[in-house]
Parts: sequence; structure tokens; C-alpha cells
Amino acid sequence: MKKKAYMVHNPLTPSKAVEFDPEICTGCNACVEVCRMDVMIPNPEKGKPPIVLYPDECYFCGDCEIYCPLPGANKMVFPLNQRVGWKRKETGEYFRAGMKNPPPPNKRPAVG
Amino acid sequence: MSSYEETIALEWPYPVNYGKETEVSCDVLILGGGIAGSHAAIEAAKKGAKVVVLEKGNVKTSGSGGTGVDHWMCACNPVNKVTAEEMFKRRQARPSRGPGGGLYGLRHLMYISLKESWNALMDLEKMGLEFRDVNDEFKGAPFRDEETKIMFAYDYAAKSTIRIRGGAFIKPVMYEEMKRLGVTIHNRVMATSLLTEGGMQGEKVVGATGVNVRTGEFYIFKAKATVLSTGQFLHMWVFSTELAGSNAEHDDPNCSGGACAIAWRAGAELTLMENSEPSGGGFRYPSYGVGLAGNTWYPCTLVDANGKEIPWVDREGNFVKTISERTLPTPGQRGGMGGRARLIPDLPERIKKGEFALPLFADLPNMPEHERRAIWGLMVGNEGKTRIIYKQYSEAGFDPDKDLLQASVFMPEAARRGDYWQMASPGTQPPQWRSGGGPAWRGGGLVVDWNLKTSLEGLYAGGNSVAGAGGHVGAASSGRYVGRNAAEYALKAKQTVLNRKQVEKEKARVYAPINRENGIGWKELHAGICRMMQDYCGKDKNETLLNRGLWWLNSIHESEASKAYARNPHELKKTLECFARLTVGEAILNASLARKASSRSLHFNRMDYPEMDPPEWNKYVTIHLENGKVKVGELPLNYWLQPPNALTYEENYRKHCCV
Repeated sequence: MKKKAYMVHNPLTPSKAVEFDPEICTGCNACVEVCRMDVMIPNPEKGKPPIVLYPDECYFCGDCEIYCPLPGANKMVFPLNQRVGWKRKETGEYFRAGMKNPPPPNKRPAVG
Repeated sequence: MSSYEETIALEWPYPVNYGKETEVSCDVLILGGGIAGSHAAIEAAKKGAKVVVLEKGNVKTSGSGGTGVDHWMCACNPVNKVTAEEMFKRRQARPSRGPGGGLYGLRHLMYISLKESWNALMDLEKMGLEFRDVNDEFKGAPFRDEETKIMFAYDYAAKSTIRIRGGAFIKPVMYEEMKRLGVTIHNRVMATSLLTEGGMQGEKVVGATGVNVRTGEFYIFKAKATVLSTGQFLHMWVFSTELAGSNAEHDDPNCSGGACAIAWRAGAELTLMENSEPSGGGFRYPSYGVGLAGNTWYPCTLVDANGKEIPWVDREGNFVKTISERTLPTPGQRGGMGGRARLIPDLPERIKKGEFALPLFADLPNMPEHERRAIWGLMVGNEGKTRIIYKQYSEAGFDPDKDLLQASVFMPEAARRGDYWQMASPGTQPPQWRSGGGPAWRGGGLVVDWNLKTSLEGLYAGGNSVAGAGGHVGAASSGRYVGRNAAEYALKAKQTVLNRKQVEKEKARVYAPINRENGIGWKELHAGICRMMQDYCGKDKNETLLNRGLWWLNSIHESEASKAYARNPHELKKTLECFARLTVGEAILNASLARKASSRSLHFNRMDYPEMDPPEWNKYVTIHLENGKVKVGELPLNYWLQPPNALTYEENYRKHCCV
């Protein structure tokens, strides 16, 4: 159980916008450079994932993830009020991005 | 602790250089490196001009079109063999929607777009964009031309809209070309003002000032010609990062109307600023990330919750029975001109009566493979902000061969525009939530002539900063055209001395927020400006409300905005954007006061002048500042064909296209 609490502002909306996997991310800051809004800033500690300072300004273009040289190092996160569901035609099963126990990924790439 | 809490006490990671000056000289200065600005830079550099581009973000990805494009309105191409002249004639007869259409369509810009759009695509191909079906993935598909491997969208008979394979990566392609041509790019620098001869309003533009949004460093640009290409003004009526605003809308939050604001302050003429449309508001889902039947998703089948198909009709109201018929013109109408087939227009009533059950779904599995792959893999895969949708939905297991993607669940009334209801749809937002100009190509902005020169000497404009030159293709076309014009002018013009007093005054204005600690932050300021626009410049306007709105904006300027604080260069950027919005709001209110008549085409309701489109008001109202006072002017609806211009579009284009 934590012993300490802090006086801080409320969490921003959205809370995250971009999520990093510190195991994969090498802190190259490619995402920081392509982000039009400066949602992220470089981590003062070299080699660490950037800090998501302005998630509330995210444009949700996904460039941080698309231009990341290391697959899985980061992930743009659609806010909870922006998540969409789908239904499997044959079985009627209903899925959504972000659900627990999702179906296996579809590996077919986009065109071009 | 969350990442936010961990960082609030950390020192700013970039060097802080408030007030430090960098002076840059060039022939052509381009403010805004999005689609229009990048094309302009490339064309100007090809003419031999020394080109400098300022960009708030990073030219590699920035701009409203920076995240991709899935279709290219290219009415004249080698496959359909339609000439610009022929298409122009057909378009003249077109109803209100679409580039250059309707009463206030700026037809010289439409003509330029028709002449330039194919060439723009050819340029991009030379730069490395493989937009054709080079891998023969769609061999034999009815939308593919077998000889050229060009793929078409929407109307497969008209062949006037090209599907863009790889459209998600147009900006990196242009970025490399700009570097190759020696264009100097200043990323993360926003333009804050125009510099004029003698520092006087209404005089020749001789450069601009800028501020680095990471370091706070000040830039002074000396230029023989300056091009405005900062896009349109967005988020003027609605701002909230909680519900509506930056995060939930498709539109680029960097579009703060910088061009309009700095041009207005310099004394340039603006027009159509009174034009505004219902906003999509904050009820939208990620654009094209829900099941749809329109645009990127055209001609996808929609089914209701029980799998019952929603019928399609042609523009005459006849049922369209097969999927392939949706992609062909209504019998008896010329290709591309009759409008596309669509879902039944009385869908809301039928949903309410229980004939169709919500939610609706896009039935991709029902589509033939070439259509399914074109919609999901090619169009969603490459349209603006949708590459990430393709990627993330695929990773989450969405399979277009098996899955029905749910459509937005709105109130049934919203299904009125059943093919596109993620956008503004009647009843989905309060009427006072507006957006400037609505469809990009009709938004307000700079008045330009056949050179795309503004009313000020040395100042040019392209893309969405110009009234009527919006959309990706409008930006590309007007961008390359204005790039050539600005370069031709610059290569003959003399360098002028800057007025130091004007620079000092601007520096004082720019840096005022960093010396304050209390007062108001940019977010509350932005939301406050929007509230004034909602209250005093909403759907229904009158003289008293508009004047009161001006009073409020002026009062906010004197009080709260004069106390706005910025704790780092990023907050400074956002605060300066609020100042720009105050200026744009002032221009919108003045334009709304100047047009003393209602207009259906402009979605402009004056309760004190309720008659719609009285003939004496069928003209462009222009506004500009002269010695700090608002001057109202007017231009006839075809001002581009009035003296001193030539009498025909063709001749004017030939005289001014600089090829």
C-alpha cells in the first residue's frame, strides 16, 4: 500500500494519448519530431521514452506510432469516447479495440 | 504518478531563448508548410528562387493534408480525356456544393485547380509517389484503367476522381524534394506578424516575424515575396479538450487562422468571412473510423442491427439495385455531374417507425473483394488520419472479410445525411456551434487576383488561407500556382529595408505573456473567445448582437488577453494563437455586420434582414483595415473577369500561370 499522496492537478482528458513500452523504446524521439502538436517532449534522461506532456492537445493522427522505427515501442491511444465496435457477421460476436481478450490480429497490410 | 504529475516540476527540455534574434533573408518566404506551402516552395525553388518555409509543426508530416489523402479530384486526366474547359463548363451549371460551385464559388480558383491538379499529381509521381496500381493488386477491377493502372473512385464512368495509393505518405515525399531543391525549412516556427514597408498598414509586405514554439527564439524574415499558406481558421466557435474541440474533431488544431489574423493586421483585404456552417461538434467518432456509406467508404453497403440492408437511391429517387450501379451515373445524366447514388433520404423516419433497427453497420463482407479492399485497404489505409485506424483496428482483430464495422449511434435524425453522418448533421449539435466556411473550399480568407496575389504588394496566398482554395487538391493546385507567381515577382523585385520600430513593437506583443504569472491560461482564453462567437455570432444574427460581440472581443483583448500568461514556449504558442483567434473573430464580426442581408449560400441568417439572397447583395463583401479603421468594400461575383482582367478564364490563366 502506498504511503504518500501528492497535491496535483486533476488528470487531463484524455489521460494518455500515447503509451510507451520502456522495454522497446530507446528514446530516439522520432515520435517527438513528427508530432505536429508537441504532445511529447524528450525525456531529460537520455535513452528513456519521451514524456507525454500535452495529451489534451493530441490530434490523434497516429504519426507518433506510424513513424516509430521500433514496432511496439509506442502506441497512440484513442480516448475512451472515441472507441468503436464491430460485429462478426457469421457468429454475431461483438468486439472492440481495447477489449479484454481480443480476437487475433489481422496481419494484412494497407495498400501502398 | 502519471506522466503528467511526474513532469510538472521539470525544467523545460529545450533551450529557452526568449528574445534572441535570428535574421533570415530570402526571395520567397512561405508561411505554413502544409500541402499548399510545400507545393509552393517546390515550384518557387524550381524557378530559381531562394525559398524559406516556416512551419509550426514539422514539414515532414504537418498540415491539414499532412496525414494523408485517399482521392484526388482530377477532372481532367489522360484517361477520361476531358479538357479543363469542358469540365469547367459543366461545373458552372453545378448546384451549390463542391469546389467553385454555387453563388459564391470562386471560379478563377476552380479553373486553376482544373488546370493544375493532374500536373500536381504528376509532380508527386516524379518525386516518388507511386499512386497507380503498380503491383497489379486491383487488376481487372472496374475502377482500374488497365493501360495506365490509374484507379478511380465514386463514378467509374466519369473517371474524374483518382484513388491515391500511398496517399498517407505524400508529405515525406514532398519534404525530401524540398530538401533536394535547397529549400530552407524552419520547423517549429510560427509566423506572428507581417512586416511592411515603413511599418505602415496597407503598404508593401517585406517579410514576417516568427517565434520558435520550442525555444521561444525570435525570427526576422526579410523577403521579396511572402506567401500565406497557414490553412483555414478552425475551432473559432467550439473549443474543449474534454468533449469537443481538438481531440474529437478531424480538423488540425494548428489551424488557428494565423494567415487571416496577420494579413488583417497588415491591412490586406478579406472576403467571405461571414460564411459559417453548423459544426461537426464533439459528437464525432474518428473520421472514417466508423461504418459509413460515403466518401472514403463509398459505395459500402450498410445494414441495420438485424442485417437488413439499407436501400440506395439515385438522384432521381429511383432504387439502385446492385452494388455496381452505385458507381455509375444516374441514367440520362452525364458522368460525374448528376451526383452519386446515396442511401434513402427518409432513413430517419424509417428508423423511428421501426423499419430499421439501430445500430447500423458497414457490411464490408457483402462487398466484392475489389471494393472491400479498395475501401478498407486503399482508402481508409491512406486518407487523412486513417492510416492509424487501419493499423490499430487490424491489430485489434478487425477483419473486413468477416466483420461489420458499426456506424455512429446518433439520434435517428442524424441519419438524414445518411452517407456521411459523422460530420455536421441536422440535430447533432447546438446551432450556435459553427465552423468557419464549413466545406474547406468555401471558407473565408484572403482576396486574391489571377496571380494569387492579395490586395497588398508582395503578399501572396494559397490553399485554405485563400477564400475558396480548400481541400487537398485545391491546396496542391493553388500552392504550385502561387509558388511560381511569387517566385517570378520576387526574382524581379528589390530587397527592402525592414522597419525596426515595427519589429520592436511585435517583439513586445509576442513576449508579453512570458512575463506574467497569474491572469488567465490559454485554454480558458480560447474557450472564452468561442463563447463570444457562439453567443454573438451564432446561427441567427442581428446588428445589436454583432456589435455587442465586437465589444466583448475588444474587452477580452484589453482585459483578460492582456493578462494571459505563458510558462514555456509551448504555452506561448497557444496564447499567441488565442490572440490570432481574437483578431479572426473581429474580422468575422465585422464581415457579418457589413453584409446587411441573409444568404442561403453563405448559411448567413440576419434576423434584421431576413430576406434570403436579395439580388442587390449578390456580391462579395470585403473588409480590410486602413489606419486601424475597418473599411468595407465589395467585389462583383465574377470580379476575376472584370477589367483589368481578360474576358475569358483561358486567357487569364495563360497570362498568369507562369509556366
